[in-house]
Amino acid sequence: MVENEGIRRYLAHAILWIGIAVVAFPVYLAFIASTQDNAAIANGQMSLLPGGHFIETYYKTLFVGSSGTTREPVGTMLLNSLVMALSIALGKIAISLLSAYAIVFFRFPFRMTVFWIIFITLMLPVEVRIYPTYKIAADLNLLDSYSGLALPLIASATATLLFRQFFMTVPDELMEASRIDGAGPFRFFKDTLLPLSRTNMAALFVILFIYGWNQYLWPLLITTRDDMQTIQIGIRKMIVTSDALTEWPVVMATSILAMLPPVAVVIVMQKLFVRGLVETEK
Amino acid sequence: MANVTLRNVRKTYSGGVEAIKGVDLAIGDGQFCVLVGPSGCGKSTLLRMVAGLETITAGEIDIGGRVVNQVEPADRDIAMVFQNYALYPHMSVYNNMAYGLRNRGMAKPEIDQRVREAARILEIGAMLDRKPKQLSGGQRQRVAMGRAIVRQPKVFLFDEPLSNLDAKLRIAMRVEIRKLQRRLGTTSIYVTHDQLEAMTLADVLVVMNGGVVEQIGNPLDIYQKPATTFVAAFIGAPPMNLTPFAPGEYGLAVPGGAGGILGVRPEDLTLTTGPAPEGGVRYDLIVEAIERVGAETFVYGARDGARPEPAAVSGKPGELPPGEIIVRLPGQAAPAVGERIVAAAPRDKLHVFAADGRSRLDS
Repeated sequence: MVENEGIRRYLAHAILWIGIAVVAFPVYLAFIASTQDNAAIANGQMSLLPGGHFIETYYKTLFVGSSGTTREPVGTMLLNSLVMALSIALGKIAISLLSAYAIVFFRFPFRMTVFWIIFITLMLPVEVRIYPTYKIAADLNLLDSYSGLALPLIASATATLLFRQFFMTVPDELMEASRIDGAGPFRFFKDTLLPLSRTNMAALFVILFIYGWNQYLWPLLITTRDDMQTIQIGIRKMIVTSDALTEWPVVMATSILAMLPPVAVVIVMQKLFVRGLVETEK
Repeated sequence: MANVTLRNVRKTYSGGVEAIKGVDLAIGDGQFCVLVGPSGCGKSTLLRMVAGLETITAGEIDIGGRVVNQVEPADRDIAMVFQNYALYPHMSVYNNMAYGLRNRGMAKPEIDQRVREAARILEIGAMLDRKPKQLSGGQRQRVAMGRAIVRQPKVFLFDEPLSNLDAKLRIAMRVEIRKLQRRLGTTSIYVTHDQLEAMTLADVLVVMNGGVVEQIGNPLDIYQKPATTFVAAFIGAPPMNLTPFAPGEYGLAVPGGAGGILGVRPEDLTLTTGPAPEGGVRYDLIVEAIERVGAETFVYGARDGARPEPAAVSGKPGELPPGEIIVRLPGQAAPAVGERIVAAAPRDKLHVFAADGRSRLDS
């Protein structure tokens, strides 16, 4: 029995390690490739150990740009992606907090209708409404701008629903105590509801930041200028399909750089993220 | 410090449900008024209307000579203690108490002085930096009280503040609330469903049922002379024995020659072997159950012979099943289960009600 359990444990660990290897190896390979000479990669002679071009490649990627099609250094793209992902995440949180607050704590005509309209937008992601959204963005002169990148993606049914569910668990007495304590609707929101939603906001921020960071289709449509493109678009443009030679070290370095911000966000917010999903502080 | 006066106060919910069907109530300055009744009787609604958390459909609520129907809760000069305390979970004890004062724009030193004074009175001075989560139920209760005290309001409102505490703590806090209220001399309205709490705390006891006031008065007066069978059954534990009687039975004269309902408190019944006392009542019982609680023993007996028709005594909360009589005996000596006993009470211990239970016939 004991032996059996020992074997089982080793087996479980072995499977987990294999899983880790399957996920991690391509990332490792990308990193190795980013430190090698392009010729070595191109002729299939790539070593599995880091090469000597690390500083050179990353400097070129970040500040100079590839000699091929993107024409902009990745530093600019990183900044664009960061601005877009942050605006989407923070904008979504701000708007959904307010709309959930209105839906849960205020009595106004057609409250439930409004709620259901928000709910229904869950069924209409960007891909479905891409043409009208593009048309509106174009008419409003939002092409090739940060607002164009972020605004159409900010309205969020998911986050509104999440905050609605959370607000509904806040005891009514808390609001009543606030009213008696002389706090108006705005003070109650600022002094009580926001601090209580802190962990939820953190969890949501992680999810939404990654959502914003990984956007591909929308930035592809809305940006045409090179200095406005996001890193996701940049990577795609670097891979040359015609007869020119793709600069694989630069492509790989860009991929590694594209991975870093979401990883950093997850690591920094991990504690709050887990607490936000499992615990409600009341 | 203020009088609180309710004039024909009514509450009808938008669905047409009438929660409060016209309540008149006058609470004098510094009095402790307890609203008591079964759940759903409207006592909490009435309190929340005084607090301003519920709108008033009709009538007037007057606090300290000012009609407050249209006044925001914060401007009514009241403070409320909630059943679940409603402490702000993310604020320290100090900030929980200071929050209401800050919102009123009070100066910092004044706030500090008031909070520390309240903390000293309630003996929570050592916990000012803690969060509510780190406190026990009794301590949270004190913080909730503290939040009310620092405001120095005209009226304290308590909404079943002790019902989340365990039995021992509840008794201790009950005494403390009473002492505190005496000391501060602040008019208070206290809602509870616990008749013992109601009896011990109240200067003025208001027994409510189904959105109407059944009786208002001094707790002991209500105990001695309940105005309706509902009050008779609700106030006192175990409840009063209520049995219907036919016209002329027990020699009781009821106007119009109709029958009525006879009430006897369990402690007024004594075991006897003789006939009924002059004008009194005598029950022949078969003992069904015995409860020994130490200082006293409760004997549950079924009436020997014909049980009264069940419809005669309605199944209101706290009332006994028809035909069952409780006798309270001092000490621990009691008959055995199944034994036949005779319990009797003299005429002056009887309460006589009209057949519908809505009025008391003897004075």
